[in-house]
Amino acid sequence: MRLKPSTALALSLWATCAAAIASLCAGPEGWAWPGAVPGFIVWEIRAPRTAAAWLLGALLGWAGAVAQGLFRNPLADPYLLGSASGASLAVVLVLAAGGGALASMGLVAAAFVGALAGIVLTLALARGAAHTPRLLLAGVVVGVMLGAASEGVASYSPEVLRARQVFLLGSTAFVGWGGVGWLAMVLGLALPLGLALARVLDALALGEDTARSLGLPVSAARMALVGLLALATGVAVAQAGLLAFVGLVAPHAVRGLLHLRPGAMPLASALAGGLLLLLADLGARTVLAPQELPVGVLTATLGGAFLLWRLHRSVNA
Amino acid sequence: MIELRQASVHLGLRQVLKRVSLTLQPGWTAVVGSNGAGKSTLLRALAGLLPLSEGELLVQGRQWHSLPSAQQARELAWMGQQDDALADMSAHQVVCLGRLPHTGLWGAMGAADVLAVQQAMQATDCEKLAQRRLNELSGGERQRVLLARALAVQAKVLLLDEPTNHLDPLHQVALVRCLRGLRAANANSCQLTVLHDMNLSLRAERMVVLHQGEVLAHGEVAQPHVREALLHAFAGAVQLQHTAAGWVAVPCV
Repeated sequence: MRLKPSTALALSLWATCAAAIASLCAGPEGWAWPGAVPGFIVWEIRAPRTAAAWLLGALLGWAGAVAQGLFRNPLADPYLLGSASGASLAVVLVLAAGGGALASMGLVAAAFVGALAGIVLTLALARGAAHTPRLLLAGVVVGVMLGAASEGVASYSPEVLRARQVFLLGSTAFVGWGGVGWLAMVLGLALPLGLALARVLDALALGEDTARSLGLPVSAARMALVGLLALATGVAVAQAGLLAFVGLVAPHAVRGLLHLRPGAMPLASALAGGLLLLLADLGARTVLAPQELPVGVLTATLGGAFLLWRLHRSVNA
Repeated sequence: MIELRQASVHLGLRQVLKRVSLTLQPGWTAVVGSNGAGKSTLLRALAGLLPLSEGELLVQGRQWHSLPSAQQARELAWMGQQDDALADMSAHQVVCLGRLPHTGLWGAMGAADVLAVQQAMQATDCEKLAQRRLNELSGGERQRVLLARALAVQAKVLLLDEPTNHLDPLHQVALVRCLRGLRAANANSCQLTVLHDMNLSLRAERMVVLHQGEVLAHGEVAQPHVREALLHAFAGAVQLQHTAAGWVAVPCV
């Protein structure tokens, strides 16, 4: 039984609004209406965090659906092209060189530059984005090599291990309005581009040669989408570290609930990813309150469980 | 109409097509040859999907690459062996993709596009599958939908690689009738197929016999040199016999 797209859209918007209101009400001391809490806590801490959680989830969901459509692989992940390992290495290098606290702009900028550098390295090794298997292989190689390099640097500077750990677990706790602005700007570019190239993603589902034989600008579309994929994952990793599984799970959740053509997947996965991360962030803040779980731990656990459930269902289908 | 001149294609280090010259005539032409002879590569080269290492591809006397991509796509429709086409799209949505060369990336389907999709689905008997998902269809049903997608382009040149894969005899015969119907509707249209079924290929107006990347013969089946090339390409594994229904291939076992 699959939902109608209009029903799914209405449900997701309703649930997103409800989760956003809950997120504004949730604090370490329990639930309270925003009016009963000092204004700066709501507007300077909870509101940007709520907006950031939705935007990060939406960006990762969009990136996951685009990666899966572009590479015709349901296991493609937004971090596939080396952004995660690039960001991780950059963060370790900055920390080892005596960088400041996690919230400092230096670290965010380093993570962003590292993520983009990882993707550029992958693209250079794959000699562009035209050859999918070569691109995926280059992404895996870059991931392993940069990962090893960052382990190596970290093992020489044990003091960076903890700070790096916090970064790698992923957290929305340190995103302010500035970060929200960056995330919104990239999402504002990503969603229209995905919609404009929806028919290329549709046709790519029948194979690259078929899409090219239909006169579609496959190479240009691929370059534009990979570029924005890099920007989306780069800015997401820079703002909140590694939020595991959101980009992989959001498209699968959409596919489990409704039938959508590949071209409609990026928008739908963005809505699903935003809702999922908003809920996960709410859970991370409230499950062990006043303690807070890193939201990346929660997304990895719940995302893994969800994928296992999908696998179980498809095996028994 | 469409012509390869002295065209060579390399896949990796291997030369798959060796200085092939071929001018497609209107009507149905069947490409035959043993496994690895270069049949699919020839079709992809004719569709402009593979770079030529030498030689040129011409459409109505013009260089293929000088044409805008939308015009290329309207001139020529290609269908490959797509066993991996398992998109979560309805059959109708898949066939509508065939109208992209006409509507462009952002255009809406007009009445002519809707009619073309309907006719293509009728021709391959897949109207009843319209709302089914491509990834839930049987091999033969999926093949008919993909075929309708290629027909919906309404291109003058139709290149089909193994279109009868997974098709039962009923739908194989229907395909042959459909190809003849296209020729009857437009005397200038060309249909080129790669078929493993030799007897179906012998029903074509003309044959191209490929052997180790070279064209051994190109002409009507009635011509002795074409039949001789065919026997050579299959190293005597088949015999040709003339019956009331035309030439038939009999395996020598």
